[in-house]
Amino acid sequence: MKRVLVAILLIVFVISIAWVLQVQHQNQTRVLTISTTTSLYDTGLLEEAIAPAFKEKYGIELHFIPKGTGAAIQDAKNGASDAIMVHARSKEVKFMEEGYGVNRKIFAYNFFVIVGPPEDPAEIKGLSPVEALKKIAEAGRSGKAIWVSRDDGSGTNTKEKALWKMAGFDYAEIKEENWFRRTGTGMGATLNYANNVGGYTLSDTGTYLKFRKDGLISLEALVDKGEELINIYAIIIVNPEKFQKDFEGAILLAKWLTSREGQKIIGQFGVDQYDKPLFFPIVSVLEKKEEPIYDWILRYGLIEDGDKLTECPQRYRYQSSLTFFEVNQT
Amino acid sequence: MTWEYVLKGIEGAFEMIASLDVEVADIALRSIKVSGIATLMAAIIGIPTGVALGISTFRGRNVLRSFFNGMLGTPTVVMGLILYLILAPAGPLGSLKLLYTEMGISFGQMLLILPIVVSFTASSIESVEREIRELALTLGASRAEATLKVIREASAGVLLAVIAAFNRAIAELGIALMVGGNIFVRGGALNTRVLTTSIQMYVARGDIDIAIALGMILLGIVFVITTVSNFLQSRWVLK
Repeated sequence: MKRVLVAILLIVFVISIAWVLQVQHQNQTRVLTISTTTSLYDTGLLEEAIAPAFKEKYGIELHFIPKGTGAAIQDAKNGASDAIMVHARSKEVKFMEEGYGVNRKIFAYNFFVIVGPPEDPAEIKGLSPVEALKKIAEAGRSGKAIWVSRDDGSGTNTKEKALWKMAGFDYAEIKEENWFRRTGTGMGATLNYANNVGGYTLSDTGTYLKFRKDGLISLEALVDKGEELINIYAIIIVNPEKFQKDFEGAILLAKWLTSREGQKIIGQFGVDQYDKPLFFPIVSVLEKKEEPIYDWILRYGLIEDGDKLTECPQRYRYQSSLTFFEVNQT
Repeated sequence: MTWEYVLKGIEGAFEMIASLDVEVADIALRSIKVSGIATLMAAIIGIPTGVALGISTFRGRNVLRSFFNGMLGTPTVVMGLILYLILAPAGPLGSLKLLYTEMGISFGQMLLILPIVVSFTASSIESVEREIRELALTLGASRAEATLKVIREASAGVLLAVIAAFNRAIAELGIALMVGGNIFVRGGALNTRVLTTSIQMYVARGDIDIAIALGMILLGIVFVITTVSNFLQSRWVLK
């Protein structure tokens, strides 16, 4: 009986030590929890490039929780994160409208690609994105092509829905058709699936390049030009009036991401591995008004605020040392 | 093509183990630590409960027994989701600050494996209860002594319950992912990446060979622990 008692005491002791240590670490380390999208995370940009550099500079640990854009926003609404890094403007605006997010800053862009089998049964190579989707739908209905959709509420999926709408299709209707396959998972799994069934899909450049280079898929980038395909990443900070989070720390991160140093790290990531950057810095484009990207960013990355276009409308700004890009609408 | 992956993965696993890759060792140790704590917690709560359920004959005992039996098959994702909602800062237990922490995973896994400890313990007590008790009483033992004897006889079964519970905890993904968040910062003190979540992540990233290597390490841990416990058990029974 005595031995059992000693064992129990020992176990309780071990557990409490572990708990105390964790609480101590929690109090000692300044941590920012960032809910983010899988396309940023799975390339390694966040954990391998941004987190170490930010920690070295400010001593703040960045904890990234990768989810789809929709789920990342939900995470922030549950009070789990200090900021979100996402890529779906319509959802971002809603997030701020509901009062959860403030101080939106755009920090990077790249392009989506429509990828498909090398034989290209729907003959979309080189077309504009909208024309390509029309062709795919046509070929799909006559049984010659398959479209693979993530259908998971992610930023990529949001873009896909917008593209179908531009092509004159109702996403809710066509997704029930038999040439339209829905995976409901992340980008990597969706690319694998599309590769297996010889289908077309919309992908972010980063994940596609990585899978392609590692020889996991033989899909080809068939449509990669067109302003509709621009993919703009933004950071939004959780409203300090909603949750007691590390607002100041999150402001530091937003500021650093758009600083010269942060932008350089973003632009250089992946160059040694893929011979081209996976993400492009956005600040210099805005400063130098580099056409045509500048124009596309105005159209797809900014938000209307009265007679101005801005990355964060006045009513969603919360007092901080951040400045926001704005330009008069023409 | 496929076999190349597997072979590369196996090769990679041995390389990682041989070279004592710091990151891999860190992740594997965290898996053992997190699930070990979960198992210890489940043991101090579950074994007494199981023993009580096995020995006593109160009303409602059967209801409780079927409750724990039913909970044996709880899907880990459902458990993960419920815990996420409860532990999120906006949830009822948000103030504990357990979301996205190691202790959070341990707490969740403890709830997951508690039914295993309780049910298996109760079963092993029941299987020896009548025979041993009657024998002990016939040989002149008091009631309390007879009960102690029953527990001692069932101890091999209890050990098996604890091992089975640990194996389920270390192999589950749903809770570790939703409550833990797969956080990893080089040199960070608050990481939550464990073997199962890192396997899932590397598969999503297309790094299949690393995923296979980590999978083999996980299998290795489960195998070693089961073997050691079998050995302990056989010695125990022989005594």
